[in-house]
Amino acid sequence: MGVIKQISIFMENKPGRMARVAKTLSDADVNIRALTIAEAGDFGVIRMVVDDTEKGYRVLRDGGFTVSETDVLAVEIKDIPGGLYEIVDTLGENDINMDYAYAFVTAKAERAMLILRVDDTKRAAQVLNETGVRIATRVEIQNI
Amino acid sequence: MFKYWNPNIERMPIEDLHKLQEDRLRSVVRFVYAHSDFYRQRFEEVGVVPEDIKELSDITKLPFTTKIDLRNTYPTGMFCLPGDWVVRYHVSSGTTGKPTVVGYTQGDVDMWTDSLARALTSIGLGRGDVIQVGYGYGLFTGGLGLHYGAEKIGATVLPIGAGNTERQIELMQDLGSTAIACTPSYFLHINEVAQKMGVSIRDDTKLKAGIFGAEPWSDETRRRIEEATGIKAYDIYGASEMSGPLFTECHLQNGIHIWADLFLIEAIDPKTGEHVEDGERGELVVTTLDKWAFPLIRYRMGDLTIVNNEPCECGRTHPRIMRILGRTDDMIIVRGINVFPSQVESVLMRIPEVGDNYQIIVDRKGPLDVMTVKVEVTESTFSDKISDLMTLSKMVGKELKNVLNITAEVELVEPGTIPRSMGKAQRVIDNRKV
Repeated sequence: MGVIKQISIFMENKPGRMARVAKTLSDADVNIRALTIAEAGDFGVIRMVVDDTEKGYRVLRDGGFTVSETDVLAVEIKDIPGGLYEIVDTLGENDINMDYAYAFVTAKAERAMLILRVDDTKRAAQVLNETGVRIATRVEIQNI
Repeated sequence: MFKYWNPNIERMPIEDLHKLQEDRLRSVVRFVYAHSDFYRQRFEEVGVVPEDIKELSDITKLPFTTKIDLRNTYPTGMFCLPGDWVVRYHVSSGTTGKPTVVGYTQGDVDMWTDSLARALTSIGLGRGDVIQVGYGYGLFTGGLGLHYGAEKIGATVLPIGAGNTERQIELMQDLGSTAIACTPSYFLHINEVAQKMGVSIRDDTKLKAGIFGAEPWSDETRRRIEEATGIKAYDIYGASEMSGPLFTECHLQNGIHIWADLFLIEAIDPKTGEHVEDGERGELVVTTLDKWAFPLIRYRMGDLTIVNNEPCECGRTHPRIMRILGRTDDMIIVRGINVFPSQVESVLMRIPEVGDNYQIIVDRKGPLDVMTVKVEVTESTFSDKISDLMTLSKMVGKELKNVLNITAEVELVEPGTIPRSMGKAQRVIDNRKV
Protein backbone atom coordinates (compact mmCIF):
# COMPACT_ATOMS: atom_id res chain seq x y z
CA MET A 1 0.00 0.00 0.00
CA GLY A 2 1.60 3.19 -1.26
CA VAL A 3 5.09 2.61 0.05
CA ILE A 4 7.76 3.97 -2.32
CA LYS A 5 11.53 3.71 -2.44
CA GLN A 6 13.81 6.60 -1.76
CA ILE A 7 17.46 6.54 -2.87
CA SER A 8 20.05 7.65 -0.30
CA ILE A 9 23.63 8.44 -1.26
CA PHE A 10 26.59 8.84 1.03
CA MET A 11 28.60 11.89 0.04
CA GLU A 12 31.66 13.72 1.25
CA ASN A 13 31.06 17.40 1.90
CA LYS A 14 33.25 18.69 -0.94
CA PRO A 15 32.79 20.86 -4.02
CA GLY A 16 31.66 18.98 -7.11
CA ARG A 17 30.34 15.89 -5.35
CA MET A 18 26.69 16.76 -5.87
CA ALA A 19 27.44 17.58 -9.51
CA ARG A 20 28.73 14.03 -10.05
CA VAL A 21 25.49 12.60 -8.69
CA ALA A 22 23.37 14.92 -10.80
CA LYS A 23 25.39 14.15 -13.94
CA THR A 24 25.15 10.42 -13.42
CA LEU A 25 21.37 10.64 -13.20
CA SER A 26 21.12 13.08 -16.06
CA ASP A 27 23.21 10.85 -18.35
CA ALA A 28 20.88 7.96 -17.55
CA ASP A 29 17.84 10.10 -18.20
CA VAL A 30 16.54 9.69 -14.67
CA ASN A 31 14.36 12.54 -13.41
CA ILE A 32 14.55 13.73 -9.80
CA ARG A 33 11.15 14.36 -8.22
CA ALA A 34 12.26 15.54 -4.81
CA LEU A 35 15.58 15.90 -3.08
CA THR A 36 17.04 16.88 0.25
CA ILE A 37 20.54 16.97 1.67
CA ALA A 38 21.28 16.20 5.29
CA GLU A 39 24.76 17.25 6.25
CA ALA A 40 26.90 16.35 9.23
CA GLY A 41 30.23 18.14 9.01
CA ASP A 42 32.60 16.28 6.71
CA PHE A 43 29.94 14.21 5.07
CA GLY A 44 26.28 14.21 4.21
CA VAL A 45 23.49 12.06 2.89
CA ILE A 46 21.48 12.98 -0.19
CA ARG A 47 18.00 11.60 -0.20
CA MET A 48 15.90 11.68 -3.31
CA VAL A 49 12.81 10.32 -4.95
CA VAL A 50 13.19 9.78 -8.69
CA ASP A 51 10.90 8.67 -11.48
CA ASP A 52 12.74 5.39 -12.11
CA THR A 53 14.15 4.19 -8.81
CA GLU A 54 15.60 0.91 -10.05
CA LYS A 55 17.52 2.55 -12.86
CA GLY A 56 18.61 5.45 -10.66
CA TYR A 57 19.89 3.06 -8.01
CA ARG A 58 21.70 0.94 -10.59
CA VAL A 59 23.52 3.75 -12.38
CA LEU A 60 24.60 5.35 -9.12
CA ARG A 61 25.88 2.03 -7.82
CA ASP A 62 27.77 1.33 -11.01
CA GLY A 63 29.15 4.85 -10.82
CA GLY A 64 30.84 3.87 -7.58
CA PHE A 65 28.57 5.71 -5.14
CA THR A 66 27.52 4.27 -1.81
CA VAL A 67 23.77 3.98 -2.26
CA SER A 68 20.92 2.47 -0.34
CA GLU A 69 17.17 2.25 -0.80
CA THR A 70 14.77 3.24 1.97
CA ASP A 71 11.01 2.86 2.28
CA VAL A 72 9.20 6.19 2.48
CA LEU A 73 5.68 7.50 2.00
CA ALA A 74 4.73 10.22 -0.47
CA VAL A 75 1.75 11.94 1.14
CA GLU A 76 -0.43 14.55 -0.50
CA ILE A 77 -0.82 17.73 1.56
CA LYS A 78 -4.04 19.66 1.18
CA ASP A 79 -3.32 23.23 0.13
CA ILE A 80 -5.23 24.79 3.06
CA PRO A 81 -4.24 25.99 6.55
CA GLY A 82 -3.88 22.95 8.78
CA GLY A 83 -2.96 20.64 5.87
CA LEU A 84 0.35 19.56 7.43
CA TYR A 85 -1.13 19.53 10.94
CA GLU A 86 -3.65 16.87 9.98
CA ILE A 87 -0.90 14.54 8.86
CA VAL A 88 1.57 14.95 11.69
CA ASP A 89 -1.20 14.93 14.29
CA THR A 90 -2.50 11.61 12.99
CA LEU A 91 0.96 10.14 13.21
CA GLY A 92 1.52 11.52 16.71
CA GLU A 93 -1.83 10.24 17.96
CA ASN A 94 -0.89 6.79 16.73
CA ASP A 95 2.53 6.93 18.35
CA ILE A 96 4.42 6.81 15.06
CA ASN A 97 7.72 8.66 15.07
CA MET A 98 8.90 10.71 12.12
CA ASP A 99 12.62 10.43 11.26
CA TYR A 100 12.55 13.16 8.65
CA ALA A 101 10.36 14.70 5.98
CA TYR A 102 10.73 16.92 2.97
CA ALA A 103 8.19 18.50 0.69
CA PHE A 104 7.88 19.26 -2.99
CA VAL A 105 5.33 20.77 -5.31
CA THR A 106 4.49 19.35 -8.69
CA ALA A 107 3.67 21.80 -11.41
CA LYS A 108 1.79 19.35 -13.58
CA ALA A 109 -0.43 17.87 -10.89
CA GLU A 110 -0.70 21.14 -8.95
CA ARG A 111 -0.24 19.33 -5.65
CA ALA A 112 2.09 19.60 -2.69
CA MET A 113 3.64 16.31 -1.61
CA LEU A 114 5.40 15.38 1.58
CA ILE A 115 8.03 12.61 1.56
CA LEU A 116 7.89 10.98 4.97
CA ARG A 117 10.29 8.60 6.66
CA VAL A 118 8.70 7.07 9.77
CA ASP A 119 9.61 4.24 12.11
CA ASP A 120 6.65 2.10 11.02
CA THR A 121 5.90 2.74 7.36
CA LYS A 122 3.08 0.23 6.91
CA ARG A 123 1.08 1.37 9.92
CA ALA A 124 1.62 5.04 9.04
CA ALA A 125 0.21 4.38 5.59
CA GLN A 126 -2.77 2.65 7.13
CA VAL A 127 -3.70 5.33 9.69
CA LEU A 128 -3.22 8.15 7.19
CA ASN A 129 -5.42 6.33 4.75
CA GLU A 130 -8.13 5.96 7.38
CA THR A 131 -8.19 9.73 8.01
CA GLY A 132 -8.60 10.32 4.28
CA VAL A 133 -5.06 11.47 3.49
CA ARG A 134 -4.03 10.49 0.01
CA ILE A 135 -0.83 8.53 -0.42
CA ALA A 136 0.80 8.49 -3.82
CA THR A 137 1.75 5.16 -5.36
CA ARG A 138 4.94 4.33 -7.19
CA VAL A 139 3.21 4.66 -10.53
CA GLU A 140 1.87 8.09 -9.65
CA ILE A 141 5.33 9.32 -8.68
CA GLN A 142 6.64 7.94 -11.94
CA ASN A 143 4.01 9.75 -13.96
CA ILE A 144 3.82 13.06 -12.16
CA MET B 1 50.54 -31.42 3.50
CA PHE B 2 53.98 -31.62 5.17
CA LYS B 3 56.08 -31.18 2.05
CA TYR B 4 59.69 -30.09 2.02
CA TRP B 5 61.90 -28.90 -0.81
CA ASN B 6 65.13 -29.75 0.98
CA PRO B 7 64.22 -31.80 4.07
CA ASN B 8 67.80 -32.40 5.21
CA ILE B 9 68.46 -28.70 5.51
CA GLU B 10 64.99 -27.60 6.55
CA ARG B 11 64.76 -30.10 9.44
CA MET B 12 68.43 -30.05 10.40
CA PRO B 13 68.95 -30.37 14.18
CA ILE B 14 69.51 -26.95 15.70
CA GLU B 15 73.05 -27.70 16.96
CA ASP B 16 74.12 -28.75 13.45
CA LEU B 17 72.48 -25.68 12.00
CA HIS B 18 74.41 -23.47 14.42
CA LYS B 19 77.69 -25.18 13.50
CA LEU B 20 76.95 -24.65 9.83
CA GLN B 21 76.17 -20.98 10.50
CA GLU B 22 79.39 -20.59 12.47
CA ASP B 23 81.50 -22.03 9.63
CA ARG B 24 79.79 -19.89 7.07
CA LEU B 25 79.99 -16.74 9.19
CA ARG B 26 83.76 -17.17 9.50
CA SER B 27 84.01 -17.61 5.71
CA VAL B 28 81.93 -14.59 4.83
CA VAL B 29 83.80 -12.36 7.29
CA ARG B 30 87.15 -13.42 5.80
CA PHE B 31 85.74 -12.95 2.33
CA VAL B 32 84.45 -9.40 2.75
CA TYR B 33 87.64 -8.36 4.57
CA ALA B 34 89.75 -9.62 1.70
CA HIS B 35 87.58 -8.36 -1.13
CA SER B 36 86.07 -5.04 -0.08
CA ASP B 37 87.71 -1.76 0.87
CA PHE B 38 84.44 -0.68 2.39
CA TYR B 39 84.23 -3.58 4.83
CA ARG B 40 87.97 -3.57 5.64
CA GLN B 41 87.73 0.09 6.57
CA ARG B 42 84.63 -0.55 8.70
CA PHE B 43 86.31 -3.42 10.52
CA GLU B 44 89.39 -1.29 11.17
CA GLU B 45 87.24 1.51 12.59
CA VAL B 46 86.00 -0.78 15.35
CA GLY B 47 89.32 -2.65 15.64
CA VAL B 48 88.19 -6.08 14.56
CA VAL B 49 89.92 -8.60 12.27
CA PRO B 50 88.41 -11.79 10.80
CA GLU B 51 90.34 -13.94 13.31
CA ASP B 52 88.30 -12.36 16.14
CA ILE B 53 85.18 -14.08 14.85
CA LYS B 54 85.31 -17.63 16.19
CA GLU B 55 81.77 -18.43 17.24
CA LEU B 56 78.29 -17.11 16.57
CA SER B 57 78.20 -14.87 19.62
CA ASP B 58 81.26 -13.02 18.31
CA ILE B 59 79.01 -11.42 15.72
CA THR B 60 78.34 -8.53 18.09
CA LYS B 61 81.97 -7.46 17.59
CA LEU B 62 81.20 -6.62 13.96
CA PRO B 63 79.99 -3.18 12.88
CA PHE B 64 76.45 -2.58 11.61
CA THR B 65 75.78 -1.54 8.03
CA THR B 66 72.75 0.43 6.86
CA LYS B 67 70.92 1.69 3.84
CA ILE B 68 72.86 4.93 4.22
CA ASP B 69 76.10 3.03 3.54
CA LEU B 70 74.51 1.57 0.46
CA ARG B 71 73.52 5.02 -0.79
CA ASN B 72 76.91 6.54 0.03
CA THR B 73 78.70 3.84 -1.94
CA TYR B 74 76.35 4.13 -4.93
CA PRO B 75 76.45 2.42 -7.32
CA THR B 76 78.56 -0.63 -6.51
CA GLY B 77 80.91 0.36 -3.68
CA MET B 78 79.70 -2.46 -1.40
CA PHE B 79 80.10 -5.19 -4.02
CA CYS B 80 82.73 -7.79 -3.12
CA LEU B 81 83.36 -9.29 -6.56
CA PRO B 82 84.36 -7.60 -9.81
CA GLY B 83 81.72 -6.86 -12.43
CA ASP B 84 82.46 -9.87 -14.63
CA TRP B 85 81.15 -12.14 -11.84
CA VAL B 86 77.84 -10.32 -11.75
CA VAL B 87 75.05 -11.82 -13.85
CA ARG B 88 72.31 -9.40 -12.83
CA TYR B 89 71.56 -6.04 -11.22
CA HIS B 90 68.42 -4.96 -9.44
CA VAL B 91 67.87 -1.33 -8.52
CA SER B 92 65.52 0.00 -5.87
CA SER B 93 63.22 2.79 -6.95
CA GLY B 94 64.72 5.32 -4.59
CA THR B 95 61.37 6.82 -3.58
CA THR B 96 62.79 7.54 -0.14
CA GLY B 97 66.24 8.63 -1.25
CA LYS B 98 68.91 7.85 -3.80
CA PRO B 99 68.42 4.55 -5.65
CA THR B 100 70.37 1.54 -4.39
CA VAL B 101 71.96 -1.13 -6.57
CA VAL B 102 72.38 -4.81 -5.75
CA GLY B 103 74.15 -7.47 -7.81
CA TYR B 104 74.16 -11.26 -8.05
CA THR B 105 76.53 -13.97 -9.19
CA GLN B 106 74.93 -16.99 -10.84
CA GLY B 107 75.33 -18.75 -7.48
CA ASP B 108 73.55 -15.88 -5.71
CA VAL B 109 70.61 -16.16 -8.10
CA ASP B 110 70.51 -19.92 -7.48
CA MET B 111 70.54 -19.40 -3.70
CA TRP B 112 67.67 -16.91 -4.00
CA THR B 113 65.71 -19.31 -6.18
CA ASP B 114 66.35 -22.19 -3.79
CA SER B 115 65.17 -20.13 -0.82
CA LEU B 116 61.88 -19.41 -2.58
CA ALA B 117 61.53 -23.00 -3.76
CA ARG B 118 61.64 -24.11 -0.13
CA ALA B 119 59.17 -21.38 0.84
CA LEU B 120 56.64 -22.07 -1.92
CA THR B 121 56.82 -25.80 -1.21
CA SER B 122 56.18 -25.13 2.47
CA ILE B 123 52.81 -23.56 1.67
CA GLY B 124 51.88 -26.59 -0.39
CA LEU B 125 52.56 -25.35 -3.92
CA GLY B 126 54.30 -27.42 -6.56
CA ARG B 127 53.88 -29.09 -9.92
CA GLY B 128 50.37 -28.55 -11.28
CA ASP B 129 49.92 -25.18 -9.66
CA VAL B 130 49.55 -22.04 -11.73
CA ILE B 131 51.22 -19.13 -9.98
CA GLN B 132 50.19 -15.68 -11.13
CA VAL B 133 53.07 -13.32 -10.43
CA GLY B 134 51.51 -9.91 -9.91
CA TYR B 135 54.62 -8.24 -8.56
CA GLY B 136 56.41 -5.84 -10.86
CA TYR B 137 59.05 -7.31 -13.17
CA GLY B 138 62.20 -5.46 -14.03
CA LEU B 139 64.43 -3.52 -11.67
CA PHE B 140 62.15 -4.41 -8.75
CA THR B 141 63.06 -7.82 -7.31
CA GLY B 142 59.51 -9.04 -6.63
CA GLY B 143 58.51 -10.28 -10.07
CA LEU B 144 61.67 -12.05 -11.19
CA GLY B 145 62.31 -13.50 -7.71
CA LEU B 146 58.93 -15.20 -7.47
CA HIS B 147 59.16 -16.17 -11.13
CA TYR B 148 62.35 -18.20 -10.72
CA GLY B 149 61.22 -19.76 -7.44
CA ALA B 150 57.91 -20.84 -8.94
CA GLU B 151 59.53 -22.36 -12.04
CA LYS B 152 62.02 -24.20 -9.85
CA ILE B 153 59.28 -26.13 -8.03
CA GLY B 154 57.71 -27.10 -11.34
CA ALA B 155 54.72 -24.82 -11.13
CA THR B 156 53.41 -22.96 -14.15
CA VAL B 157 54.19 -19.26 -14.02
CA LEU B 158 51.84 -16.58 -15.31
CA PRO B 159 54.25 -13.61 -15.47
CA ILE B 160 51.66 -10.89 -15.71
CA GLY B 161 53.38 -8.32 -13.46
CA ALA B 162 51.58 -5.54 -11.62
CA GLY B 163 48.60 -3.63 -12.97
CA ASN B 164 46.10 -4.27 -15.73
CA THR B 165 43.61 -5.47 -13.15
CA GLU B 166 40.79 -6.66 -15.40
CA ARG B 167 43.23 -8.73 -17.42
CA GLN B 168 44.55 -10.22 -14.17
CA ILE B 169 41.04 -11.43 -13.39
CA GLU B 170 40.32 -12.74 -16.89
CA LEU B 171 43.55 -14.70 -17.08
CA MET B 172 43.11 -15.94 -13.52
CA GLN B 173 39.86 -17.51 -14.72
CA ASP B 174 40.97 -18.62 -18.18
CA LEU B 175 44.28 -20.20 -17.14
CA GLY B 176 43.13 -21.45 -13.76
CA SER B 177 45.60 -19.66 -11.48
CA THR B 178 45.81 -21.47 -8.14
CA ALA B 179 48.04 -18.91 -6.44
CA ILE B 180 48.80 -15.23 -6.80
CA ALA B 181 51.75 -13.22 -5.57
CA CYS B 182 51.31 -9.45 -5.16
CA THR B 183 50.96 -6.80 -2.49
CA PRO B 184 48.00 -7.35 -0.13
CA SER B 185 46.56 -3.94 -0.97
CA TYR B 186 46.68 -4.76 -4.67
CA PHE B 187 44.93 -8.08 -4.10
CA LEU B 188 42.14 -6.28 -2.25
CA HIS B 189 41.86 -4.02 -5.27
CA ILE B 190 41.74 -7.04 -7.60
CA ASN B 191 38.92 -8.45 -5.49
CA GLU B 192 37.06 -5.15 -5.64
CA VAL B 193 37.35 -5.00 -9.43
CA ALA B 194 36.37 -8.67 -9.75
CA GLN B 195 33.15 -7.97 -7.86
CA LYS B 196 32.36 -5.11 -10.22
CA MET B 197 32.93 -7.47 -13.15
CA GLY B 198 30.56 -9.96 -11.56
CA VAL B 199 33.37 -12.44 -10.85
CA SER B 200 33.58 -14.15 -7.47
CA ILE B 201 37.15 -15.15 -6.66
CA ARG B 202 35.77 -17.83 -4.36
CA ASP B 203 33.34 -19.40 -6.84
CA ASP B 204 34.56 -18.47 -10.29
CA THR B 205 38.32 -19.05 -9.97
CA LYS B 206 40.60 -21.82 -8.75
CA LEU B 207 42.66 -19.48 -6.59
CA LYS B 208 43.58 -21.10 -3.27
CA ALA B 209 46.63 -19.21 -2.05
CA GLY B 210 47.94 -15.66 -2.03
CA ILE B 211 51.57 -14.78 -1.33
CA PHE B 212 51.42 -11.25 -0.05
CA GLY B 213 54.20 -8.88 0.91
CA ALA B 214 56.35 -5.89 -0.05
CA GLU B 215 54.37 -3.80 2.42
CA PRO B 216 53.47 -4.33 6.08
CA TRP B 217 50.02 -5.83 6.63
CA SER B 218 48.11 -7.13 9.60
CA ASP B 219 46.50 -10.39 10.70
CA GLU B 220 43.17 -8.60 10.55
CA THR B 221 43.73 -7.93 6.85
CA ARG B 222 44.64 -11.59 6.42
CA ARG B 223 41.31 -12.61 7.95
CA ARG B 224 39.47 -10.12 5.80
CA ILE B 225 41.10 -11.43 2.62
CA GLU B 226 40.51 -15.05 3.57
CA GLU B 227 36.87 -14.48 4.51
CA ALA B 228 36.12 -12.41 1.43
CA THR B 229 37.73 -14.69 -1.14
CA GLY B 230 38.11 -18.13 0.42
CA ILE B 231 41.86 -18.27 -0.29
CA LYS B 232 44.68 -18.74 2.22
CA ALA B 233 46.80 -15.61 2.59
CA TYR B 234 50.50 -16.11 3.30
CA ASP B 235 53.03 -13.53 4.38
CA ILE B 236 56.26 -13.26 2.39
CA TYR B 237 59.38 -11.41 3.46
CA GLY B 238 62.56 -10.21 1.87
CA ALA B 239 64.26 -7.08 0.61
CA SER B 240 66.38 -6.25 -2.40
CA GLU B 241 69.47 -5.94 -0.17
CA MET B 242 68.96 -9.59 0.89
CA SER B 243 68.22 -10.66 -2.75
CA GLY B 244 64.50 -9.95 -3.02
CA PRO B 245 61.51 -11.87 -1.67
CA LEU B 246 62.98 -14.95 0.05
CA PHE B 247 60.89 -16.34 2.88
CA THR B 248 57.26 -17.17 3.57
CA GLU B 249 55.18 -18.72 6.26
CA CYS B 250 54.58 -22.45 6.00
CA HIS B 251 51.03 -23.80 5.64
CA LEU B 252 50.56 -23.36 9.41
CA GLN B 253 50.75 -19.57 8.96
CA ASN B 254 52.61 -19.04 12.18
CA GLY B 255 55.65 -16.90 11.40
CA ILE B 256 57.96 -16.57 8.43
CA HIS B 257 60.70 -19.20 8.20
CA ILE B 258 64.13 -17.61 7.74
CA TRP B 259 66.57 -20.14 6.26
CA ALA B 260 69.37 -20.11 8.80
CA ASP B 261 71.90 -21.79 6.52
CA LEU B 262 71.58 -18.80 4.19
CA PHE B 263 70.98 -15.88 6.53
CA LEU B 264 71.96 -15.14 10.10
CA ILE B 265 69.43 -12.91 11.84
CA GLU B 266 69.49 -10.86 15.01
CA ALA B 267 66.93 -8.59 16.68
CA ILE B 268 68.29 -5.42 18.24
CA ASP B 269 67.01 -2.43 20.13
CA PRO B 270 67.07 0.27 17.41
CA LYS B 271 68.29 2.87 19.90
CA THR B 272 71.10 1.01 21.69
CA GLY B 273 72.05 -1.60 19.07
CA GLU B 274 72.00 -4.28 21.81
CA HIS B 275 70.25 -7.62 21.31
CA VAL B 276 66.70 -7.64 22.66
CA GLU B 277 65.50 -10.44 24.93
CA ASP B 278 64.03 -13.52 23.27
CA GLY B 279 60.45 -12.86 22.25
CA GLU B 280 60.84 -9.07 22.39
CA ARG B 281 60.25 -6.76 19.50
CA GLY B 282 63.41 -5.54 17.82
CA GLU B 283 64.86 -4.31 14.57
CA LEU B 284 65.89 -7.13 12.24
CA VAL B 285 69.60 -7.33 11.44
CA VAL B 286 70.81 -9.63 8.68
CA THR B 287 74.15 -11.21 7.79
CA THR B 288 74.29 -13.18 4.55
CA LEU B 289 75.94 -16.61 4.73
CA ASP B 290 75.82 -17.71 1.11
CA LYS B 291 75.73 -14.66 -1.08
CA TRP B 292 78.88 -13.34 -2.66
CA ALA B 293 78.63 -10.49 -5.20
CA PHE B 294 76.87 -8.37 -2.62
CA PRO B 295 77.17 -9.88 0.85
CA LEU B 296 75.84 -8.11 3.93
CA ILE B 297 77.38 -7.90 7.36
CA ARG B 298 74.96 -6.99 10.15
CA TYR B 299 72.74 -4.99 7.84
CA ARG B 300 70.00 -3.12 9.68
CA MET B 301 66.79 -3.85 7.80
CA GLY B 302 64.72 -1.16 9.49
CA ASP B 303 61.91 -3.71 9.94
CA LEU B 304 60.56 -4.33 13.41
CA THR B 305 59.67 -7.89 14.30
CA ILE B 306 59.90 -10.61 16.91
CA VAL B 307 62.29 -13.52 16.32
CA ASN B 308 61.05 -16.93 17.41
CA ASN B 309 63.78 -19.58 17.71
CA GLU B 310 61.42 -22.43 18.63
CA PRO B 311 61.17 -25.10 15.94
CA CYS B 312 57.87 -24.97 14.05
CA GLU B 313 55.24 -27.71 14.25
CA CYS B 314 55.79 -28.25 10.54
CA GLY B 315 59.15 -29.81 11.44
CA ARG B 316 61.36 -26.97 10.29
CA THR B 317 64.03 -25.99 12.78
CA HIS B 318 64.95 -22.62 11.32
CA PRO B 319 64.01 -19.44 13.21
CA ARG B 320 60.84 -17.62 12.39
CA ILE B 321 60.09 -13.94 12.37
CA MET B 322 56.62 -13.03 13.45
CA ARG B 323 54.72 -10.57 11.28
CA ILE B 324 56.63 -7.39 10.46
CA LEU B 325 55.17 -4.84 12.84
CA GLY B 326 56.33 -1.88 10.81
CA ARG B 327 59.48 -0.21 9.67
CA THR B 328 61.50 2.06 11.88
CA ASP B 329 61.20 4.67 9.14
CA ASP B 330 57.41 4.06 8.75
CA MET B 331 56.84 5.05 12.32
CA ILE B 332 55.20 8.41 12.73
CA ILE B 333 55.43 10.38 15.92
CA VAL B 334 52.22 12.21 16.68
CA ARG B 335 52.17 14.45 19.71
CA GLY B 336 55.15 12.54 21.05
CA ILE B 337 53.54 9.11 20.68
CA ASN B 338 54.89 6.48 18.33
CA VAL B 339 52.32 5.27 15.83
CA PHE B 340 52.80 2.48 13.32
CA PRO B 341 50.45 2.38 10.35
CA SER B 342 50.10 -1.36 10.99
CA GLN B 343 48.49 -0.62 14.37
CA VAL B 344 45.93 1.62 12.72
CA GLU B 345 45.31 -1.07 10.13
CA SER B 346 44.66 -3.81 12.66
CA VAL B 347 42.10 -1.60 14.43
CA LEU B 348 40.29 -0.71 11.22
CA MET B 349 40.19 -4.21 9.76
CA ARG B 350 38.39 -5.47 12.86
CA ILE B 351 35.49 -3.13 12.10
CA PRO B 352 33.29 -4.66 9.40
CA GLU B 353 31.59 -1.38 8.48
CA VAL B 354 34.92 0.01 7.32
CA GLY B 355 36.25 -0.64 3.81
CA ASP B 356 39.56 -2.27 2.93
CA ASN B 357 41.40 0.96 2.17
CA TYR B 358 42.50 3.65 4.56
CA GLN B 359 44.87 6.56 4.76
CA ILE B 360 46.54 8.36 7.63
CA ILE B 361 47.12 12.07 7.29
CA VAL B 362 49.20 14.02 9.76
CA ASP B 363 49.03 17.80 9.85
CA ARG B 364 50.33 20.41 12.19
CA LYS B 365 47.75 22.95 13.31
CA GLY B 366 49.50 25.62 15.36
CA PRO B 367 51.61 23.78 17.92
CA LEU B 368 49.52 20.59 17.72
CA ASP B 369 49.83 17.51 15.53
CA VAL B 370 46.52 16.39 14.16
CA MET B 371 46.13 12.84 12.87
CA THR B 372 43.24 12.15 10.56
CA VAL B 373 42.29 8.65 9.54
CA LYS B 374 40.28 8.40 6.34
CA VAL B 375 38.11 5.34 5.95
CA GLU B 376 35.72 4.37 3.21
CA VAL B 377 32.06 3.70 3.97
CA THR B 378 31.08 0.35 2.51
CA GLU B 379 27.82 0.00 0.67
CA SER B 380 26.70 -3.05 2.61
CA THR B 381 26.57 -1.10 5.86
CA PHE B 382 25.38 2.29 4.67
CA SER B 383 21.96 2.83 6.21
CA ASP B 384 20.79 6.31 5.14
CA LYS B 385 20.68 7.46 8.74
CA ILE B 386 23.07 10.26 9.66
CA SER B 387 23.06 9.06 13.25
CA ASP B 388 24.38 5.61 12.22
CA LEU B 389 27.23 7.24 10.33
CA MET B 390 28.06 9.49 13.28
CA THR B 391 28.06 6.44 15.54
CA LEU B 392 30.42 4.63 13.16
CA SER B 393 32.81 7.55 13.02
CA LYS B 394 32.80 7.87 16.82
CA MET B 395 33.29 4.14 17.27
CA VAL B 396 36.32 4.08 14.95
CA GLY B 397 37.78 7.03 16.83
CA LYS B 398 37.24 5.30 20.16
CA GLU B 399 38.85 2.04 19.02
CA LEU B 400 41.86 3.93 17.64
CA LYS B 401 42.19 5.84 20.90
CA ASN B 402 42.11 2.57 22.87
CA VAL B 403 44.99 1.09 20.90
CA LEU B 404 47.10 4.13 20.00
CA ASN B 405 46.47 6.27 23.05
CA ILE B 406 45.97 9.36 20.96
CA THR B 407 42.89 11.01 19.57
CA ALA B 408 42.49 10.66 15.83
CA GLU B 409 39.97 12.49 13.73
CA VAL B 410 38.00 10.04 11.67
CA GLU B 411 36.85 11.09 8.24
CA LEU B 412 34.31 8.96 6.43
CA VAL B 413 34.87 9.13 2.71
CA GLU B 414 33.19 7.72 -0.38
CA PRO B 415 34.36 4.32 -1.56
CA GLY B 416 37.00 4.41 -4.26
CA THR B 417 38.28 7.85 -3.29
CA ILE B 418 41.38 6.66 -1.43
CA PRO B 419 43.99 6.02 -4.15
CA ARG B 420 44.59 2.34 -5.00
CA SER B 421 48.06 1.20 -5.82
CA MET B 422 49.42 -1.59 -8.00
CA GLY B 423 52.46 -1.96 -5.79
CA LYS B 424 53.18 -0.59 -2.35
CA ALA B 425 50.23 1.36 -0.96
CA GLN B 426 50.87 4.82 0.38
CA ARG B 427 49.19 4.71 3.78
CA VAL B 428 50.65 7.78 5.42
CA ILE B 429 50.69 11.37 4.23
CA ASP B 430 52.69 13.56 6.55
CA ASN B 431 52.04 17.21 5.80
CA ARG B 432 54.07 18.51 8.73
CA LYS B 433 56.97 20.71 7.79
CA VAL B 434 59.45 19.84 10.49
